[in-house]
Amino acid sequence: MTTASTEPLITEPLLQVRDVRKYFPVGRGLLGGALAEVKAVDGVSLDVQRGETFGLVGETGCGKSTLARCITGLYPVTSGHVVLDGTELTGLSRRRLRPLRRQMQMIFQDPYGSLNPRRRVGSIIGDPFAVHGVASGAERRRRVQELMSLVGLNPEHYNRFPAEFSGGQRQRIGVARALALHPELIVCDEPVSALDVSIQAQIINLLEDLQDELKLTYIFIAHDLNVVRHVSDRVAVMYLGHIVEVARSEDLYTLPRHPYSAALLSASSVADPDEAEQKQRIILRGDVPSPVNPPSGCPFHPRCPKAQDKCVVEPPPLERKDDDPVDHLAACHFPVQPGEVLSQP
Amino acid sequence: MTLTSVETSVTGTEEQAAIEGRSPLQLAWARLRQDRVAIASAVILVLIVLIALFAPLIASAVGWSPVQQDRTTGISPEGLPVAPGSAHWFGTDNLGRDILVRTVYGARVSLLVGVVATVAASVVGVVVGTLAGYFGGWVDVALARLMDVVLSFPFLLFAIALVSIVGPSLAVSVGVIAFFSWASIGRIVRGQTLSIRQKEYIEAARSLGAGDFRIMVVDVLPNLVAPVIVLASLLMPTAIVFEATLSFLGLGVVPPTPTWGNMLADSLQFYSVAWWFVVFPGVALLITTLTFNLLGDGVRDALDPSAERLFSTRRKRGRR
Amino acid sequence: MSLLEVRDLEVAFHTADGTVRAVDRVSFTIDGGQTLAVVGESGSGKSVTALTLLGLNRGAEVAGTVLFDGVDLLAMDDEAMRAVRGNQIAMVFQDPLSSLHPLYRVGWQIEEAILAHRDVPRQQARARAVELLDLVGIPEPARRVDDYPHQFSGGMRQRAMIAMALALDPRLLIADEPTTALDATVQAQILDLIRRLQGELGTALIIITHDLGIVADLADDVIVMYAGRVVERADRRTLYYHPHHPYTVGLLRSVPGSVARAARLQPIPGQPPSLIRLPSGCRFHPHCEFVMDRCVDHDPPELRVLGGLHHGSACWLPGEMVGTDDDTHRRRSAYAGAHRQTLVGSGSTAVP
Repeated sequence: MTTASTEPLITEPLLQVRDVRKYFPVGRGLLGGALAEVKAVDGVSLDVQRGETFGLVGETGCGKSTLARCITGLYPVTSGHVVLDGTELTGLSRRRLRPLRRQMQMIFQDPYGSLNPRRRVGSIIGDPFAVHGVASGAERRRRVQELMSLVGLNPEHYNRFPAEFSGGQRQRIGVARALALHPELIVCDEPVSALDVSIQAQIINLLEDLQDELKLTYIFIAHDLNVVRHVSDRVAVMYLGHIVEVARSEDLYTLPRHPYSAALLSASSVADPDEAEQKQRIILRGDVPSPVNPPSGCPFHPRCPKAQDKCVVEPPPLERKDDDPVDHLAACHFPVQPGEVLSQP
Repeated sequence: MTLTSVETSVTGTEEQAAIEGRSPLQLAWARLRQDRVAIASAVILVLIVLIALFAPLIASAVGWSPVQQDRTTGISPEGLPVAPGSAHWFGTDNLGRDILVRTVYGARVSLLVGVVATVAASVVGVVVGTLAGYFGGWVDVALARLMDVVLSFPFLLFAIALVSIVGPSLAVSVGVIAFFSWASIGRIVRGQTLSIRQKEYIEAARSLGAGDFRIMVVDVLPNLVAPVIVLASLLMPTAIVFEATLSFLGLGVVPPTPTWGNMLADSLQFYSVAWWFVVFPGVALLITTLTFNLLGDGVRDALDPSAERLFSTRRKRGRR
Repeated sequence: MSLLEVRDLEVAFHTADGTVRAVDRVSFTIDGGQTLAVVGESGSGKSVTALTLLGLNRGAEVAGTVLFDGVDLLAMDDEAMRAVRGNQIAMVFQDPLSSLHPLYRVGWQIEEAILAHRDVPRQQARARAVELLDLVGIPEPARRVDDYPHQFSGGMRQRAMIAMALALDPRLLIADEPTTALDATVQAQILDLIRRLQGELGTALIIITHDLGIVADLADDVIVMYAGRVVERADRRTLYYHPHHPYTVGLLRSVPGSVARAARLQPIPGQPPSLIRLPSGCRFHPHCEFVMDRCVDHDPPELRVLGGLHHGSACWLPGEMVGTDDDTHRRRSAYAGAHRQTLVGSGSTAVP
């Protein structure tokens, strides 16, 4: 399996993901065995460099959120390796994993569901300190209030409850909680999807400012390609549990090589009438197949306008195409060529 | 600093008034206070509790103890109970005991059994329900089956059998009632825990490295407080009736200690000639259970989150 | 005569906490075959407006006139309204899962929609249902007509909803966030479908959305709503390339990948006001960078800007200051600064 970045690197990547698989059992047989498995993540490898924002895009069920949870250790992986800062995380017990969690935090999608409604904001943001026994009493309160002003919340609201904040402010609370232990890597799982557009921009700017100030590394998951393009240095496109393409964001948006990336990009709407009119939309036929019985060969072949017999049989490796930049990889036997217009099969 | 965005600056005076923030329970309390029926029920219940607490004072003021037999004015020449009058405001029973004092003392037993059994049942129910809901899998299967078994037990037969072995007493009553009540709470707590477990904030706590015990105590339990308060306030009257039933059947508190249940049992032979013998303990039981139920309904309405959703932030601002 | 003419529509809800002024003096018109986009964020009143057109707002206090083909819908009784709803005007909602009844077959639900308004035999209604499912691109419609909603994917459910809405050849289709719950490629399929059907059937379309990308793609005319009011209206190109109202400009500058391309997004500070306690004057003034003295206590009427026929904006800034570029931004700031003596309650200051 090829890794997402083959460029010779001066520094070791902060995060290395190697051939990670996560299968969920579905249904129960008579003897308690699983009847089938959902292959949510099916052999993903990627590297995340220090200080970069690594975007992860894909549609519902592509496995991007599952991958995020495998990386942060919320789900044990079925197979594969997750290496953070040189330390292997997979297979560690919860106790051994706990100190490593300080380096890696998560921001969640739902500003309503991710905060316990029965707890005061100060206690929610102070949770990391309590769990890791870092600071207590007045010291904890002082540090929580520092975090609150860092993310643009009024520190005097320490004793309020989540219900008293708006969606955008709640997302700031989630950001403050993630920052508490000075992590190096923050996995943002659709952090702005549930917010109104004007509030989205506030949170995106906040995340960018914090990255500059605190030298953070982000994995940024979203389904809005415009948002991902705006925030990410590199982007990986996922489809049915696989990474089908990974590249610097400009490269991906200029010349998507995988037909699915191309279709996804063409489907994303832009708030610009001229550009919208020029856009050659690739309308995909049908729906995403079930991850219980993924297609043979290339997972995209049943919907691909360029599919040929080879695609049905042979899974394409994730590799560099033609004279693309070295860090632009696509998993496709018949990559999209510059200027090519994809038509319906 | 630049990161401090404008979002907090536009709040104005109305938000500054509430910097401390009100907890969901405080908001529920504010709603409950507007519920006249619930408040009236609460006042009556407080009175009943006070009466129970000061039962000895009432007894000495009336001049009779609950087991004392008034053989002069307390029993008619025919040997029948005496009707309410100046000597005995609520009349007397067949042994010439003062029904007022006995009813007052009966409140002690009812409330004691009700409170202790409810608290015990709630604690057991919460612990078992939380464990089952949180851990799922085999733990859940085992505990859920256990609750099903308890709930399908014929409790009266069990009580009769138990009492015939160990003999009737207050402790046995409490034990029997608690044993047959915890499972209904446990079942609902399990369901609540199952849904809480799916919440993103549980995932957030896990991603911080919090252990299961901490998550259960810090994140799950506070979310169970509201439903358990409702369940407990509705379980209380059931427990009181349960106790009265046991006493009525002679399986509960041993005579001559007065309870509403055994008073009603004693009155059965006399109800045609001595209405007061039935009415006063009966009404006391009715009022107590009714007010508990009404208060429980009020608490449930006050805590019901679905009624809160629609315009929640605006509502709170409006109240300030 | 316009197909639909809404004049000074007002909708208020009375709640325990006060009166929610959800829609305030909203006017617009739409002609046959046209697409009107109503853009706004949550609480802007865009969905309430749509529901009111169909008489689906129970307990609301409604004022104004809604002329459909010259007949005032708001003056109709329930029965007359029912005859219009579904028949002349149809609606597609955001969530196709909750809009289809889970226990009835998809085809049966479409048949019922037809039979509610047309006196035809069920066989004929069924044939029409199959035809409609085919029209909206459901594969094997003759077989899928007997499926239950859970057997359909999200995109297919939304197609089925559109099929149901089109069952009676309505003259006006109102789509409330029709693709918000869907993935990008499915959204593209649905928008493509809507565009194709509109071309084939000549239906007028009101699309309600928060997504400026969809609007750029689909609309002829656009109205932008904020806190219950229309703050700007224009044809699509004017709205994107020459916006006037600071809220519209703010929206465009805060969306990545819009006409206002910037290395850094320029968010609108704060959040929209409570509809119970609206700010004095212009309701956007507490968050407006260009707040002037008169904005605080004088609510601007909708003024014609740019000399265009249909370009209106409810803002006191001079009509020629249009656009999202930095230069216009500076001119706006300079003008506003010169017309501001006392800064009252501006949201653009940081926490001390």
